[in-house]
Amino acid sequence: MKQQQFEDHHQQQWQIFADDLQALEQGRPDEARIMAFPAAYRRICQHLALARTRGYSRALIEQLQYLAMNGHRQLYRQRSPLPVKILLFLSVGLPQLIRAEYRVVLTAGLLFYGSLLGMLLLVQVQPDLVYSMLSPTQVAQLETMYDPDSSRLGRFGERTAVTDWMMFGYYIMNNISIAFQTFAAGLLFGLGSLFFLIYNGLTIGSMAGHLGNIGYQQPFWSFVIGHSAFELTAIVLSGAAGLKLGWALIAPGRRRRSAALRLAASQGVRLVTGALLLLLIAAFIEAYWSSMTFTAPIIKYLVGCLLWLLVGIYLLRAGKDVHAAA
Amino acid sequence: MLSPQLDNRHAVETPEGIELLLTPAGLLPRALAFAVDLGIRGAILGLLILVPGLLDRFGLGLAMILVFMLQWLYMVLFEVLNQGRTPGKQWLGLQVIQDDGSPVGWASSLTRNLLRMVDLLPFGYFFGVLSCLWHPSFKRLGDLAAGTLVIHQGRPIKRAAPTQLIAQAPLFVLLQEEKLALLDFAERYADFSQERRRELAGILAASLRTTPDKAEQQLLAIAHGLLGRA
Repeated sequence: MKQQQFEDHHQQQWQIFADDLQALEQGRPDEARIMAFPAAYRRICQHLALARTRGYSRALIEQLQYLAMNGHRQLYRQRSPLPVKILLFLSVGLPQLIRAEYRVVLTAGLLFYGSLLGMLLLVQVQPDLVYSMLSPTQVAQLETMYDPDSSRLGRFGERTAVTDWMMFGYYIMNNISIAFQTFAAGLLFGLGSLFFLIYNGLTIGSMAGHLGNIGYQQPFWSFVIGHSAFELTAIVLSGAAGLKLGWALIAPGRRRRSAALRLAASQGVRLVTGALLLLLIAAFIEAYWSSMTFTAPIIKYLVGCLLWLLVGIYLLRAGKDVHAAA
Repeated sequence: MLSPQLDNRHAVETPEGIELLLTPAGLLPRALAFAVDLGIRGAILGLLILVPGLLDRFGLGLAMILVFMLQWLYMVLFEVLNQGRTPGKQWLGLQVIQDDGSPVGWASSLTRNLLRMVDLLPFGYFFGVLSCLWHPSFKRLGDLAAGTLVIHQGRPIKRAAPTQLIAQAPLFVLLQEEKLALLDFAERYADFSQERRRELAGILAASLRTTPDKAEQQLLAIAHGLLGRA
């Protein structure tokens, strides 16, 4: 068949397919014709193959290839509603993934909590060490933040209730950025994540140690215990995700480095997404619960312990008997 | 298929058994697209600062969330919800897709955009540019990890208007490659200058047993016949 005949014969179909494609791309598909789309797409593929083997001209091949490429993209698009996906991921996918990746999560946890506790103890012994992590102005700020006499605690101590929303915004921006950085820096052979995990551990440890030294334990611990369950877990998760990237580059195993990296990144990014969701919860608790002083500290400790317990159970048990992968 | 390719198109075989040829986008269009996106984000930020009242207490929290979204999620949201195109990419006709030609999803888009941070190191996209120049498909580090590709969106070739010619049979049997070259010439000759057309057609004058001046018309006539136009 000569090219001109071929074109005349099929031109109308191609035009209809192109119109359907445009409707799909704009998200307004014609419901009546949508069922015929896969068949139409396969026909386009066949025409493209025919055009290539018969040696038809490049313009025609490019036209068919354009249709096939965009058809392919529409046909293989994943469409599951995002909220359902997130819920499924939080309740099943994430805890399963964390347990499957327990080695890297434990490593990150040891690095982070190890440096945190180590620094906390060191500062008790050698109080001046706090100045190796924080500048004197930062230390002074810290002291006003957790002053037992102030009516509100935390990074926005002297503000009024209107600013809860602002604090929420600040925590989201600050903490999630740190989590993202910790993950991304793992691409530098894991060194970046290592740095952020240890650095954050040392900073938090020195803060806690210093506040303990000057007798501010009560306001500090009652403030942090609530949201820390989510926040610290999220830091560990994002660090673990970063370490995974680095490890894939250092020891790719039986894969090529590029393939190992892609695999590690696909799991790592799910861990980071988990960290992001946990940090959203943490920001909410920090802004609306931790900073309140109208409750007795004992209630805060109780609620905080309960939250830690919840996170622990979640990590160890959630989604244990569910086999559907999210 | 065709003879070994000079270009670096990226072939993807689909389950339907055809090969899709994707054209990876190089450093310059990508940098321009990024500059456009940067400009748009800058404009939004500027608006936020300039419009009074937006930054009072209640607004500040919102503003910080917005800044966060602009910094980390602007690219992701556009890429996933707008067929792999941020406004900058759309303007330059670029598109992000997976290596296998399927659309980019949340996980891949998030990966490539979070790892952008490493591409920025140590200053001004140094690693990203190096990786982009080194990789045959112009991938930056984020693309490598996410398994994504930035391509030029295909554009249909503009065909030369059919000429009023009497079709002519070729003087000898043409190989597939020769036939394609001839068709290419016929489809694109309108883009060439008069001199260039004569020069190209003149190469074949001896084989066509004609003078360089007439070779052009004869080539077009043969192509006409090959296409099956009466």
